[in-house]
Amino acid sequence: MLKVDNVFAKAGEKEILKGLSLTVKPGEVHAIMGPNGSGKSTFGNLLAGMPYVTPQSGSVEYMGKDLLSLEPAERAAEGVFLAFQYPVEIPGVNNMYFLRTALNAQRKYRGEEPMDSAQFLRMVKQKIKDLNMRDDLLKRPVNVGFSGGEKKRNEVFQMGVLEPKLAILDETDSGLDIDALKIVADGVNHLRSPDRSFIIITHYQRLLDYIKPDYVHVLADGKIAKTGDKSLAFELEEQGYGWLNK
Amino acid sequence: MQVVEENKVVKDRAKQVYKEGFVTDIEAFTIPPGLDEDTIRLISSKKDEPAWLLDYRLDAFRKWQKMPTPNWAKLKIPEIDFQAISYYSSPHAANANAPKSLDEVDPKLLETYDKLGVPLHERERLAGVAVDAVFDSVSVGTTFKAELEKVGVIFSSFSEAVHDHPELIQKYLGTVVPAQDNYFAALNAAVFSDGSFVYIPKGVRCPMELSTYFRINAINTGQFERTLIVAEDGASVSYLEGCTAPMRDENQLHAAVVELIAMDDAKIKYSTVQNWYPGDEDGKGGIYNFVTKRGNCQGKNSKISWTQVETGSAITWKYPSCILRGDNSSGEFYSVALTNNHQQADTGTKMIHLGKNTKSTVISKGISVGKSQNAYRGLVRVAKKADNARNFTQCDSLLIGKSCAAHTFPYTESANMTAKLEHEATTSKISEDQLNYCLQRGITEEDAISLIVDGFCKQVFKELPMEFAVEAKALLDISLEGAIG
Ligand SMILES: Nc1ncnc2c1ncn2[C@@H]1O[C@H](COP(=O)(O)OP(=O)(O)OP(=O)(O)O)[C@@H](O)[C@H]1O
Ligand SMILES: [Mg+2]
Repeated sequence: MLKVDNVFAKAGEKEILKGLSLTVKPGEVHAIMGPNGSGKSTFGNLLAGMPYVTPQSGSVEYMGKDLLSLEPAERAAEGVFLAFQYPVEIPGVNNMYFLRTALNAQRKYRGEEPMDSAQFLRMVKQKIKDLNMRDDLLKRPVNVGFSGGEKKRNEVFQMGVLEPKLAILDETDSGLDIDALKIVADGVNHLRSPDRSFIIITHYQRLLDYIKPDYVHVLADGKIAKTGDKSLAFELEEQGYGWLNK
Repeated sequence: MQVVEENKVVKDRAKQVYKEGFVTDIEAFTIPPGLDEDTIRLISSKKDEPAWLLDYRLDAFRKWQKMPTPNWAKLKIPEIDFQAISYYSSPHAANANAPKSLDEVDPKLLETYDKLGVPLHERERLAGVAVDAVFDSVSVGTTFKAELEKVGVIFSSFSEAVHDHPELIQKYLGTVVPAQDNYFAALNAAVFSDGSFVYIPKGVRCPMELSTYFRINAINTGQFERTLIVAEDGASVSYLEGCTAPMRDENQLHAAVVELIAMDDAKIKYSTVQNWYPGDEDGKGGIYNFVTKRGNCQGKNSKISWTQVETGSAITWKYPSCILRGDNSSGEFYSVALTNNHQQADTGTKMIHLGKNTKSTVISKGISVGKSQNAYRGLVRVAKKADNARNFTQCDSLLIGKSCAAHTFPYTESANMTAKLEHEATTSKISEDQLNYCLQRGITEEDAISLIVDGFCKQVFKELPMEFAVEAKALLDISLEGAIG
């Protein structure tokens, strides 16, 4: 599914990723933890093709394609989804309309027929049920005036509708109350499938109680410093990141 | 030879963007360029006008001659040679004074309007929208006239109204925008050719949208139309104007005057989708759009609402205004002005509060792309006796690209302590973050910009009649083409 090989990349002018390697197989869930500023979001943004991250060397292979050569919108249509750490507000643009525009743009790229608004509405209603969400956010402009938790919930909902193959969740659990955390985790679990992979960036092992990861990685100083299973998350929570350097 | 070649290339390129840029090849009667009293006498006699109207024109002309050319504030405008313009052009087929049945109209003209998406023919015309089609200096026909007459609504070309309802024209012409109001209003009063007249009698809600479609076709011709709308006590009407012109390398002048009068409890909603040819990407050609639009809320509880979507013209200079004379009257101004390439727009509104408890709302959205200049200029004035006047003004500017600019000039003058005036202004760039967010969801850059701009304009678009909101959005998309890079 994804093979990141010895990637060096800059965020703005600053060298952030320094020899990062990671392999994700279909159906796997990888958690990435690490200190503030270690480059976790930079890594997510690199995969999504956000222009403020510039790869310097190394390669990223995604489903047999050279991911770094694709445009951001192409990556999305190829199934790469990034739930942003800080989702953006788009005033005046209805959330439903935004999502349908996105879905149809992706379908067009893949040579599929666009969904008309009736079909789309039916699908969205089903997703709301499946993901145990409410429709209260859908009629409002994208993220405008949403609380922190609502923005995160909206990201997961978008993921549910767009059905990506590789979903990267950047601190989607931060700032959530316990109920919202469950909703987000349930959403992810509902979407888990043998051909869909997740990279979950988080600071808290709490989330990993709900979403059982196959691997836990520590990203430090621009590369994967340690890899383990879920017990690594416990250790980190107890001891912090200091012991890794020893 | 070289020049011709070059023009063609320029035009071909621009044509991808401005699809209304075609020319109708039709025989026309055109007065030779030049302007003096004889020109005005000729226009008046062509239209077989009564003596009082000729006098009105001549009086305006004499005033105009004494007026200095205006000070352009933010606009850069080359000097206009008023002697090089022709002031009257009429396609032969549309004889100004013959009673106009659409069956008699030259098929070429009907075809032109078909191409513009405004079919005039019985079988194809827009449902629920009556159209007056003005081609250069004359109206070629008005649809649904008979249906409207049944409920007492008068909707006709201005020239016809001069003959059929002279008492109404004489009573109201120039009462809201006097001839000496400003340089271009005076010029218009002297040489105006055609336009629309609407009269809604007491208590009547006009049963359909009324609209006028203005088309400039002839070369080196100015268009000077005049619109007058009167809504009697308790009457209401929604009116829309649309405008296009062929692509020509020369600049052309459009100087219109619009007067609205609302009596007690009357409502007038006036919407404009302005898409005059903006010139090519190097700033060559395009329409100079100098328009005076003013509404008089004469009666108690009356309401006048201006909504405009301005995407065209090389230069736009207009400030649709409301005089809130009646107690409890209200005025609204909703505007989207988009400028691209070398376009300049200086637009805004004036809200003059004279009556008690008068209210005004101003929502202005300026979008600047390319090297364009976009200015909002607004005045809110509260007179001494206007107790409890309220104004809310919101001006938002959106910049796309690095070489464009937006300016906001809100002026307020209040002579009454009880007035409450609120003003909000924002300037933003389409943020990288918004764009990236859309891209990450699979939306292409062009669609993302259009989506974000559409969202930015939402407050204004929702004021437009449904069909036109769709058209306005499409227009913005076309005008935004090539905005990225
Ligand atoms: N566009 C940018 N320009 C300059 N520096 C940047 C840019 N984006 C990120 N950085 C810097 O790169 C470093 C890594 O940032 P990143 O957001 O990837 O960290 P993170 O691991 O996600 O941290 P956190 O846990 O706080 O979210 C930080 O020092 C940050 O300031
Ligand atoms: Mg981060």
